Amino acid sequence: MAQYKLKINGRDYQADVASDTPLLWVLRDHLGLVGTKYGCGIAQCGACTVHLNGEPTRSCVLPVSAVGGAKVTTIEGLSENGDHPVQQAWDELDVPQCGYCQAGQMMTAAALLKKNSKPSDAEIEATMSSHLCRCGTYHRIRDAVKLAATKTK
Amino acid sequence: MQTSRRDFLKSTAFAGGGLILGFNWFESVASKPVAVTAAAPLNFNAYLSIGMDGIVTIFSPNPEIGQGIKTAFPLIVAEELDVDWKKVKVEQAPLDTTRFERQTAGGSGAIPHSWKRLRVAGATARQMLINAAAKRWGVPAAECTASQSMVIHTPSGKKLSYGELAQEAAQIAPPTDVKLKEVGSFKLIGKSIKGVDNQEVLTGKPLFGIDFYREGMRFAMLQRPPAFGLKLKSVDATAAKAMPGITDVVTFKNNVAVVGKSTWEVKKAREVLKIEWEKAAELENTADHDRIFKELMADNSKATVRRKDGDVEAAFKNAAKVVEAEYQCPFLPHNPLEPMNFFAHVREDGVELVGPTQTPQAARNDVAKLFNIAPEKVSVQLTRMGGGFGRRLRTDFALEAAELSSLIKAPVKVIWTREDDMGGGIYRPAVRYRFKAALDKDGNMIGYALRGVGMNTANSTREDNFPSGCVPNLLIDTAEHKSPITVGAWRAPITNFLAFAEQSFLDEVALAAGKDPVTFRLELLDKAKNQPTGAIKYNIDRTRKVIELAAEKSGWFKKRKGVHLGFSVYYSHASYVAQVAEVVVQKGKPVIQKVYAAVDCGVVINESGAKNQVVGGIVDGLGHAMYGNLTFKNGEPEQRNFGAYRLIRFNEIPADVEVHFVNNGIDPTGLGEPALPPTGGAAANAIFKATGQRLRNQPFVEQTDILG
Repeated sequence: MAQYKLKINGRDYQADVASDTPLLWVLRDHLGLVGTKYGCGIAQCGACTVHLNGEPTRSCVLPVSAVGGAKVTTIEGLSENGDHPVQQAWDELDVPQCGYCQAGQMMTAAALLKKNSKPSDAEIEATMSSHLCRCGTYHRIRDAVKLAATKTK
Repeated sequence: MQTSRRDFLKSTAFAGGGLILGFNWFESVASKPVAVTAAAPLNFNAYLSIGMDGIVTIFSPNPEIGQGIKTAFPLIVAEELDVDWKKVKVEQAPLDTTRFERQTAGGSGAIPHSWKRLRVAGATARQMLINAAAKRWGVPAAECTASQSMVIHTPSGKKLSYGELAQEAAQIAPPTDVKLKEVGSFKLIGKSIKGVDNQEVLTGKPLFGIDFYREGMRFAMLQRPPAFGLKLKSVDATAAKAMPGITDVVTFKNNVAVVGKSTWEVKKAREVLKIEWEKAAELENTADHDRIFKELMADNSKATVRRKDGDVEAAFKNAAKVVEAEYQCPFLPHNPLEPMNFFAHVREDGVELVGPTQTPQAARNDVAKLFNIAPEKVSVQLTRMGGGFGRRLRTDFALEAAELSSLIKAPVKVIWTREDDMGGGIYRPAVRYRFKAALDKDGNMIGYALRGVGMNTANSTREDNFPSGCVPNLLIDTAEHKSPITVGAWRAPITNFLAFAEQSFLDEVALAAGKDPVTFRLELLDKAKNQPTGAIKYNIDRTRKVIELAAEKSGWFKKRKGVHLGFSVYYSHASYVAQVAEVVVQKGKPVIQKVYAAVDCGVVINESGAKNQVVGGIVDGLGHAMYGNLTFKNGEPEQRNFGAYRLIRFNEIPADVEVHFVNNGIDPTGLGEPALPPTGGAAANAIFKATGQRLRNQPFVEQTDILG
């Protein structure tokens, strides 16, 4: 066990955990940030996606010891008031069914739009294909990414 | 819904003022409204409250698994209440069998079950508010109307808000003869209404079972038998117990539970358990299943007749042409993205359960039985679910959490890893079908025979579905293999593959008869209409309507160069869905680029939610038809996570899905399942046209190179 100091959503956190504990479980079990979801534990489904210095990262395979001083952003910190362009677009197009995968989907979409505010269809497809949605909301996700792009300054 | 039932209300002013309405539909009880207090045990089926601030709280009793019931139910109440939707707050109700009926997510049955009672609930409250306003104004209630949370006296234009009227309305005897709105006059129903939990879902609030946390709660993972047919022989937990954060390792039934302070710690400790398993039943392989299917298919003595019309033997003897084909699919895991999990706290005075379940009442009853206590001693709080697909109809995960909590005498949340979830499932069973059709010299289908061979499924057919009733000589029978592999309902049970097989086979028959697939189906329906054979348990006109609508919208009869269309129509869970898949060939491979769906679920409650269900059902149906495959080696599932097991992804969906609702004003039926069954058949029929290859088994990727 060791003490880890983490910068998450602009706040400082501390966790006393084993060094190999994935960031996902530190967030969920130790810090009470449960918006980041567990789906597979092997970086295949994307439900656990957070930003690490702005880069979409699979927190289920990222040991807490590897986080270091990186800035972590989770769905809880994506926007102050739940009104990030992707959150607005996801709501306007009523994307969720069960909703379990959507936090991860939005984190990846938000990172994509930050880099490229006008992604092509092919870029959206290439990026979003790394996520699974068991309910099959992919069409609305596609449309929501495009709508969010129009809202991104 | 039986119209003979007496619908009545109970009301009370509750602490702080306002109106609580409860609804009771028991036929046998007295019809007089009974005053009750909010604290008393209420014999309600559902209830809504109106605060003096005008906020209407509608409790949604049914489990939300992504089917949108938590939005659809309140929407129906709100429509008849004429409330401003912005002033409606929706709350998930816990399991309460004294207030509610059928708190179940399954069989696409919630909407048809509750449609009328929810409307009566809203309409009755509306009338009470109108009566209260009329009394205050001293005018006849008939001169008043309601709109957007206001009661309006039409002649004078006077208005009062629901909030202002709530307290007085609570004193009014609930009318028992309220008039429901005309279907054509709905203001909310049929519109696109966003999910009531959207904001919380999209900001990562703790909504799901796996998010539940209670101070002092332990975390646990169970090591269950790794293969179907194994049982626990011995455990050495010395190393696991010595791992950091571990508080208990306990063994019960065939499980070894590792309990500790965090998910990761119990997962790591579980890995160092030393367990010996021993054989308790046959350790089956997928190859065994293939052999068993063929043996049972060939053995007439093992078959149970499900439906027999006319003389099938004679029909085949006299046939000008016989078409025969066999279809097979594998086992499938449900794979809701939120793996199984459940919280239980067994105390002296009762059991508290919290978690994702499609059947909270069954969870309560099974847990009560386990401890030999009264069901009332078990409470169940419903959480939102990260998918269900039938897996959460079972109660195994609630039972094991409860049993574990009683053994360690502490509150505990049991979490399954994805590997646990996929490897220890209650699967969609593999099944094999054999179809035979006899055609006369004019291409009329004069004989039809279907045999289904199921795994732990006594009847793997739906013997009264289309084309039963359309064929003068028909025989449907089934055989079953008893396997140690556990099976259960998987979204659209039976029909999720039967529809594919049947609709593919009908295209094979149409081809042999030299007929267009749509024309062939319509001709069969004409026979059911004009010369029916035996019982017909589907609506011929509604089936015809969705066929015609799908054909029209897809341009079925207009040939387009390089575009290949495949047709399918299926009736399941009381809804009718026809689909056309549009396939083009790119780089020599078939690509499904579009799916058209024509859907008759009666009245559409929430257009956005309904479309989401239809599109999702199509993507789900297509994904599993193309990729889904769970195989077994020595009783052990060979795919246990999303690396080896393939779920459809973003880049593999048809570019477009076009959904058309018949929206005929008939009382609504469910949509959680009915869009899925027709999809595989439409796709396979289109792929056949594009490539000449007939796909008779799933998954398609095992047989052809297909582009998503």
